[in-house]
Amino acid sequence: MNLIKYRYIFFFISTVLTIVSIAAVFIYGLKPGIDFTGGTLWQIKLTNTDLAQTNADINEKIKNVFENELNVKNATVYPESESQSYLIRIGHISEEQHQQYLTALKNKFGDMEELRYETIGPTIGKELKGKAVWAVILVILGISLYVAYAFRKVSYPVKSWKYGIITLITLFHDVIVSVGALALLGWKFGVELDTKFIVALLVIIGFSVHDTIVVFDRIRENLLLDSGRKDLKEIINDSVRQTFVRSVNTSLTLVLTLLALFFYGPLSLKYFVLLIMTGTIIGTYSSIFIASPSLLFFRNK
Amino acid sequence: MGVKRPIFLFFIIILLAITAVFFVYPKFSTPFDWLAKKLPWKLGLDLVGGTHLIYEIDMNQVAGVDRDSVIAGLRDVIEKRVNLFGVAEPSIVTAKEGDNYRLIVELAGIKDVKEAVNQIGSTPLLEFYETSEVGTSTQFIPTALTGRYLKGSQIDFDQTTGVPQIALQFNDEGAKIFEEITGRNVGKLVCVSIDRQINDNDCATVQEKISGGKAQITGRFTPDEAKRIVSRFNAGALPAPINLISQQLVGASLGQESLKKAIYGGFIGTLAVMVFMIIYYRTRGIFASLALLIYTALTLAILKLFSATMTLSGIAGFILSIGMAVDANVLIFERTKEEIKKGLTKVSAIEEGFKRAWPSIRDSNVSTIITSLILYFFTTSFVKGFALTLLIGVLVSMFSAITITRTMMRVFVKK
Repeated sequence: MNLIKYRYIFFFISTVLTIVSIAAVFIYGLKPGIDFTGGTLWQIKLTNTDLAQTNADINEKIKNVFENELNVKNATVYPESESQSYLIRIGHISEEQHQQYLTALKNKFGDMEELRYETIGPTIGKELKGKAVWAVILVILGISLYVAYAFRKVSYPVKSWKYGIITLITLFHDVIVSVGALALLGWKFGVELDTKFIVALLVIIGFSVHDTIVVFDRIRENLLLDSGRKDLKEIINDSVRQTFVRSVNTSLTLVLTLLALFFYGPLSLKYFVLLIMTGTIIGTYSSIFIASPSLLFFRNK
Repeated sequence: MGVKRPIFLFFIIILLAITAVFFVYPKFSTPFDWLAKKLPWKLGLDLVGGTHLIYEIDMNQVAGVDRDSVIAGLRDVIEKRVNLFGVAEPSIVTAKEGDNYRLIVELAGIKDVKEAVNQIGSTPLLEFYETSEVGTSTQFIPTALTGRYLKGSQIDFDQTTGVPQIALQFNDEGAKIFEEITGRNVGKLVCVSIDRQINDNDCATVQEKISGGKAQITGRFTPDEAKRIVSRFNAGALPAPINLISQQLVGASLGQESLKKAIYGGFIGTLAVMVFMIIYYRTRGIFASLALLIYTALTLAILKLFSATMTLSGIAGFILSIGMAVDANVLIFERTKEEIKKGLTKVSAIEEGFKRAWPSIRDSNVSTIITSLILYFFTTSFVKGFALTLLIGVLVSMFSAITITRTMMRVFVKK
């Protein structure tokens, strides 16, 4: 495997991935979840099995009840086939309104079970948003400090801070692609940017960095052992080859558990798991194929 | 290193693991039963079903120094209210967010949420007002006397008219305030209000200073109404108004379904990791898989020992940590392979592998530890559960992948 020889192909792939991701965010946008904007998420299951209508039909009818009878605009209703229930999204409502709407729905569709009901006021939403932003800032700060610490020792022929810069560039690459994936999921399946996604993003950040650090540690170790005898290209190639199996196996075990959760785990974690999986795969790819060859650009002349 | 010590350590680990299994999953009668009973699994609302209510406390009328006692009083009152409709282990906590005060109520497994919300929220708010005439209109001025000074109340019937009325008895502090209020308002109207509604009948001209802390509300109730209000007052009137600003409800069936699926998913995931490790690393993979099982038991035991509330996100964090736990073993085994290639004997290659892989293991876990610590301290409940299990998982995995796997290999790999 000669990684350096084909490095431009990988750079090209990553550039395309990044551009596509940014474009996806701009075209489809990110739908903020109710925990950031305030609003109501309501999951109901109709227990009256006499309803012979198809799902889509009931979907429309639920929407109609809200828009025409209850005068609630901007109600969105998604059917959820696996639990045979419906997800309703409306603005923040009071408990009286909740009961009023429930009665209206029961009048129309017969008895139903409330699987989940969440209503979040705008103040709480603002708070959660603030906390999420802080968590992201602090994690990036904490990780950057750690990267600076991990690469504090000066090494030749690549200055230590350059390892740090590349680690962070790789991190942003992984984050941008993951956010792009969310934009696509939002467009296709209505997945929202909520607290769960922020958590997924932070886990991806942690993973991306630790993968890159392991590869870079090996490069520095080999530089100390072989400098003078081999040139930087060869050392990078060797190091990546030596850590390749580890990188792949580690993400593979993580991906295996995530796949199990995706297919067999609870529905509400599905997209959370999918995003961490995307980030894990991208993070592994970038630490091998992007981070290491990038060192060549930063070599001291 | 002598031969005896690893064997000794090995038996301690096995014993620890077995203890952990019985503690985590007390299916059979064992000597650890009392502990398992004393520390049962604490499951979050999203797994057992229940309601999570966030109230904003309106502190506008409460002086800064009194706020702590108002919050404590409010908590007690709501607790009494909640206990009235018999919820097992309700959780009622207060929190301060910036300048806002919050009351967070968690009710597990409750069926009639509507009733619960009504009972908590509509507990009557009792206030006393002084009045002053401005031109032709009457202005109401709130006084320091509120429901928080109420000791008790009972229903009375007027001797002559038979109309129900509510007799209030203040505590010592309240009696003093009432005495002051009546003292400075002789000849003026003083009003009592329930839930911010002032009725003409609730105002009375003060004839003289009243000591002893007794007051009456007359003339506007049917007997049933009076009875209901009295029972609520006795559970405690709210010392400050509260406002429901967020509500989450998870149906019991969805919660149980989620729990079942999460455990199943985690089980399949663990199995897949073990199968992979055994196929790829053969004998060493068996050791790693055993270490992974012991890791699972130990982590669960620690979580249970600390009474960590297991939420869906917490289980997700734990399952994620299972996927990451073998990372250390992978690092060690890959290193061992290289050392064997360099010409070392199997046993010394293994020792060397453990030694050399340690810096990488440490470094690669630090970033996850940073992330989970920040998540734990700077976010809300959904994330806290996840961060905690991930953090404990990563810490235990550093121990298990190294100590447990190494001990097993020292015992079983022949020279």
